[in-house]
Amino acid sequence: MAAIEILGLEKTYSVGFWRKRPKCALKPLHLAVEEGEIFGFLGPNGAGKTTTLKMLVGLAFPSGGTARILGMELDDPKMKAQIGFLPEQPYFYDYLTAGELLKYYGQLSGVDAKQLSSKVDEVLTRVGLQDAANVQLRKFSKGMLQRAGIAQAILHDPKVVFLDEPMSGLDPMGRREVRSLIEELKAEGKTVFFSTHILSDAEALCDRVAIIHLGELRGIGAIAELTSAVRGKVEIVWQATKVPASIQALDAECHFAGDTIRVVITEENQDAALEALRRERSRLISVTPVRTSLEDYFIAQLTKYNEAGASNPAVPVAPAGAKSAGARS
Amino acid sequence: MSSRRDTAIAATIVMASMAASVLLLRQVDQARTGATLQEVLYISSPKLLKRLSLGYDGLLADVYWTRTVQYYGGMHHTGGGNYALLEPLLNITTQLDPHLIPAYEFGGTFLSAKPPQGAGVPQKAVELVEYGIRNNPGDWHLYYDLGFIYYMDLKDYRGAADAFMRGSQLPNAHPFLRILAAQMAAHGGETQTARMLWSATYQTTHDEHVKANAAAHLRAFQADQDVTDLERVVDIYRQRTGHLPASFHEMVGAGLLRGIPEDPLGKPYRLTSSARVEVTDADDLPFIEHGLPAGYVPSVVPKILPSDK
Amino acid sequence: MNPRIYCIATNTFREAVRDRVLYNLIAFALLLSGAAILVGQISIDIERLVVINLGLTAVSLFGVVIAIFIGIGLVAKEIDKRTLYTVLSRPVRRWEFIAGKFFGLAGTLLVNTFFMAIGVFAALLYVSHHLQASDGSVLVALYFIVLQFVVITALALFFSSFSSPLLSAVFAFSIFVIGSFSEDLRGFAKMTHGAAGWLATCVAYLVPNFSALNVISRVAHGEAVASQLIGYNTAYALIYTLAVLSGAVLIFERRNLK
Repeated sequence: MAAIEILGLEKTYSVGFWRKRPKCALKPLHLAVEEGEIFGFLGPNGAGKTTTLKMLVGLAFPSGGTARILGMELDDPKMKAQIGFLPEQPYFYDYLTAGELLKYYGQLSGVDAKQLSSKVDEVLTRVGLQDAANVQLRKFSKGMLQRAGIAQAILHDPKVVFLDEPMSGLDPMGRREVRSLIEELKAEGKTVFFSTHILSDAEALCDRVAIIHLGELRGIGAIAELTSAVRGKVEIVWQATKVPASIQALDAECHFAGDTIRVVITEENQDAALEALRRERSRLISVTPVRTSLEDYFIAQLTKYNEAGASNPAVPVAPAGAKSAGARS
Repeated sequence: MSSRRDTAIAATIVMASMAASVLLLRQVDQARTGATLQEVLYISSPKLLKRLSLGYDGLLADVYWTRTVQYYGGMHHTGGGNYALLEPLLNITTQLDPHLIPAYEFGGTFLSAKPPQGAGVPQKAVELVEYGIRNNPGDWHLYYDLGFIYYMDLKDYRGAADAFMRGSQLPNAHPFLRILAAQMAAHGGETQTARMLWSATYQTTHDEHVKANAAAHLRAFQADQDVTDLERVVDIYRQRTGHLPASFHEMVGAGLLRGIPEDPLGKPYRLTSSARVEVTDADDLPFIEHGLPAGYVPSVVPKILPSDK
Repeated sequence: MNPRIYCIATNTFREAVRDRVLYNLIAFALLLSGAAILVGQISIDIERLVVINLGLTAVSLFGVVIAIFIGIGLVAKEIDKRTLYTVLSRPVRRWEFIAGKFFGLAGTLLVNTFFMAIGVFAALLYVSHHLQASDGSVLVALYFIVLQFVVITALALFFSSFSSPLLSAVFAFSIFVIGSFSEDLRGFAKMTHGAAGWLATCVAYLVPNFSALNVISRVAHGEAVASQLIGYNTAYALIYTLAVLSGAVLIFERRNLK
């Protein structure tokens, strides 16, 4: 059974003083997430990721379409008992201690009173907050808050966990911890649905990803499939000071470093280039296949659709989170 | 979706409970009729109230003025008759806002009038209006109100003349003040004088209660005059024919009347067997002194105000 | 009671206490003791009157202020700070949330009033040296004041469910003032005609009748309160509260959180 089935979910807001102008935050979305998957929901800021999440967990109401989680409707309390949610940049009741906060959430989620205490201790240890159980949340650092957020999302042992930008604001240590936690969750058989605009995290964790931009789905599939769909490249490094004419003709960028030259060309031209170097009797240092990164795929999807004519021309295209295109070595 | 179901349930509860609350509100009102007004008796010091109102005394005065008018109207309809709270209410109103002129006129009329028309405390009325004059020395209406009280209820013609005189000396005084002063002095006790006063009141007041009251008095004068005149005509008939007329028709036939005479409200007068002239419905004409049917007991609710039926 | 409502209610109470709300009791105690001592010195035979008038008025005003100031943030603050996200994504129904918040604040005010009542009776005992039978009516006055709090809490919560804290405070306070004069408003409506009269009548019946719940001067003069009035006031206050809370639920139920 699919853990999450999104069937045409869409959201339109009316903005303006008289609520007349419709603004489409999410076009009808169709996607399914299998049980036990780690699913990444990628897109630049303002793409509609948070809107989708809010509708799935019951904070906003869809303008159209439906969705089912674990086969149950969106407003079914039994369904809500099986999901966990970590919002973006969470903020909690700062007058409570971590222990009190989790007990509160546990009671609301219907965790059995007899087991509540032990479960709270368990989950605090799991996220590394066992020493802060009696510290008021107003004294927590950002990293600690994020961990408390994850704790409340998994406290009641949900089958599906929704995380909105779980790594935001964390230092590299924190990010690594969160990553391993997500992997643990998968090992326990949970389904993890997380949204992010940081592609490297998605690449490291996800089984499948969906890319969303300007409220529309731009691509979905396993990362290996998506990146291999783009023609692979090859990086050739050799010792020389001059680029042979035939390679120059390929119009590829050449980088000079000391007495070595590095060039990235498509796989098709690989043989021709190597032949040229052999004729020159250049000393070959390395030939490495370069797979397209998710980033390239991502940007390609974004720009492709924008060239074809964006559906929402009023919103300028600014794919955030993308670094300048550089080949991955 | 159960969310929509919850919404529908909530909407139903809102409407049902709002309706129920309105009904209960009416019960609460009934269970404590006049309670708010009774509390007026507990305000022993209007000055303290003024200070407690934190500068919003004008608004509070308006609230109490509204309560005063309602109190009078309510008392009047139930025929309570003693208007015990009228004086404290007016005191508080005028202490909070000494420039609320209508309050003095209202008090002047209804504090001094005898029950069941008013509270029957003319001396208190005088005190109230004098207080008003001290705080509003340039307003001629107040002198008129004062003179009125002296004349009507205290029967103090000198006092009335004095008041009208003082008023007439104000720069923008109505000319009739001087005339009234003179009238008081010379013809204090005469009916004509009283009629003049009521007429003056009727013409100059803006308060509908006071106006209606004056109209009722004027009608009474008219009725009294009619009865007296009619009984004289009855006497003429007797002198001519040697016996008493059995009805007005006979008098019409004898050429002494042009038609069946009607009172100021349009109802015909009646001729009794002892040849007295009476009004048909004495309840409609309070204040009359002649023409009352024998053994007439005034109803508890005098029909003065337009809302009286 | 529904475990989730109870849980939210106790959490709201805990928040109020940790927000140092109950410290107002200190101010109240100081005020009342000062007055009692002062009046005890003057002793012009109205000590009881002053203590009851001042004490009950202070209980009423302190409570109204607390009810409004905490009430306006009950929902608005949670939406603003997004603490609501992690609550509503759990099996908590929206109406349960509103109910929990309401009982939490009402409970806080009840506890607050309880301590203040002890203070009033203590002051009364101090100035008149013994309690009379008629002092029982002071309890009735306190009960009515608690009913007032219940209504105002519901109103503050109602406004909080769709309006900013500042506006909610303005609305709630305005309704409190208008409600205190609602009987006059009804009288005024009877005297006006036409559209204005109709509008005034509507407002006069929709606004809560706080003047009926204020029996302070009566009780200060030692008069009893009719049991019929107690019954009707109770029913009215509770049903009106139900209407307002349902209104809050209605607004909140389908609200998209930002």
